[in-house]
Amino acid sequence: MLITRKAEFSASHCCRAAALSDRENLEIFGEESHPAGHGHNFIVEVSVAGEPDPVTGMIIDLKELKDILEREIVEPMDHRFLNHEVEPFGKVIPTAANIALEIWRRLENRFHSSRCRLARVRLFETPDLYVDVTPPVEA
Amino acid sequence: MISVTRRYSFPASHRLHSPHLSDAENARLYGKCNNPFGHGHDYVLELTISGEMESSTGLLVPLARLDRFVWEKILRLFAYRNINVDVPEFANLVTTTENVACVIGDLVCRHWPESFGDLNIHPAKVQIQETDRNGFELLLPVPDVEDTSAQRNESVMVHA
Repeated sequence: MLITRKAEFSASHCCRAAALSDRENLEIFGEESHPAGHGHNFIVEVSVAGEPDPVTGMIIDLKELKDILEREIVEPMDHRFLNHEVEPFGKVIPTAANIALEIWRRLENRFHSSRCRLARVRLFETPDLYVDVTPPVEA
Repeated sequence: MISVTRRYSFPASHRLHSPHLSDAENARLYGKCNNPFGHGHDYVLELTISGEMESSTGLLVPLARLDRFVWEKILRLFAYRNINVDVPEFANLVTTTENVACVIGDLVCRHWPESFGDLNIHPAKVQIQETDRNGFELLLPVPDVEDTSAQRNESVMVHA
């Protein structure tokens, strides 16, 4: 069974490869490559898999899941310029795919003590574009 | 595993009518959707791409390339068109959204290699909303013979 909790963070980013020219960056990343950055209201849906505890009837306490998302994702990323303020995006281009992978990495070991495991990270960059990360995920 | 899903929309008209049924049977089966003059929807198409991320760019596929592909191979044929009259694939096919999903899935898969053969990605799913209340998902066959994931099977799911 999957349980999904949604969180939102507003952040700016800029997607460009330092090794490429302005023109090449525009071809690959489009307007996302504008050097001064731009912002999105990112929405992340985190799905956790497990079986309901026979005593509590819960896979995970939703309050605990909410707190994990708040601490690991929202607090460090909300109202930040990802390239300048959030690691590893000083070196890694903060595309939707890379942000979703980073969210996966920040969350995957947070569920060890409970009866559940991380099953999917879905990150909406806009309502028209989202990325799913599901196992197996490269370290 | 990583996938990216892009949402598009296209306005189009259609009429549900099967040449294998009488006018009375068509009217009974399809109801308002059998209206002889047709009717329209703002269809929403979601295309999911799965595969390897290009590590130098952090992208599975440059979005402008994907958007161009979807415009040229799909939207150009359907947007602001009458699907029964204007889309050749429906000359002998009822324009149910099940069939629209299958035709779009087939067009995507057929044209994929010529457009994205340089990237290690494949189309994984087509989802179409006829309205907010009717959704259709078509899982596309994984082209790589080495891949034995569960997505190999092809299926249509109808959400009422």
